[in-house]
Amino acid sequence: MILLTRKAEFSASHYYWNEAWSAEENARVFGKCANKNGHGHNYTLEVTVAGEIDATSGFVVDLKQLKGVMEREVVAVYDHRHLNKEVPEFAKAIPTTENIAVAVWNRLDGKIPGARLHRVRVYEMPDLFADYYGEP
Amino acid sequence: MRAYLSRRYRISASHRLHANVFTEDRNREVYGKCNNPHGHGHNYVIEVTVGGPVNAETGMVCNLGDLDAWVRKVVVDRFDHTNLNLDPLFQDRVPTTENLSIEVYRLLAAAFDKAEVVRVRVEETSNNSFEYPIHTPFAAGYRPMS
Repeated sequence: MILLTRKAEFSASHYYWNEAWSAEENARVFGKCANKNGHGHNYTLEVTVAGEIDATSGFVVDLKQLKGVMEREVVAVYDHRHLNKEVPEFAKAIPTTENIAVAVWNRLDGKIPGARLHRVRVYEMPDLFADYYGEP
Repeated sequence: MRAYLSRRYRISASHRLHANVFTEDRNREVYGKCNNPHGHGHNYVIEVTVGGPVNAETGMVCNLGDLDAWVRKVVVDRFDHTNLNLDPLFQDRVPTTENLSIEVYRLLAAAFDKAEVVRVRVEETSNNSFEYPIHTPFAAGYRPMS
């Protein structure tokens, strides 16, 4: 088995807010991320797939297809968008880095021809990232 | 859903690689310029990974403020701008970055109650990094190739 990782970038805005809480509680837990006017990041997405190397092509996955799936399923939906207001999965779930990693996994799982999704890593900033391996 | 959150912290510290059980010649042979008697220093990057269920109310594995405060208290304040050889942890072990990774992991994992500290990765320079323990997060979700 071999792992292959492809990166993509998107820029988006978001804020953290739990409707079930008071404004004070949101401010206490989420700090400046609770500003409802939102703020933004340049996200880096790393998608890692696992599989066997095809004896003929030497590929574990067709990179062009992988790039196409990432572009269609994630980048086209998230890039230059307000995650809370424009991306359906964040109408309820707070768009934390953790939840974005889970959402990207759900968008990609089963859609990559010939390879199995192994890990989704989302960098919110170079010093902060979340990993999701599909664990329940 | 179990996810993992990683955050990078920085410390600057000096050290000298020298094993008391070796002769002076043997120390120079094994550690080379890292055995320089006066020590030398690095800007270390300490990447801390915590794992746990994503909290349904907050969307978080762990509040970053809690993690930052814990790492600062237990690791950054202890080691930043110090000579690692003088720390009690390195009286009987050489402050290689392997040993630093293990000790940082033990310090962080010992009593943090907000999430599980699953891995520490230390970059000594941009070309050298060390991880402890080896992280195998696939227990529940891993689907082996058929």
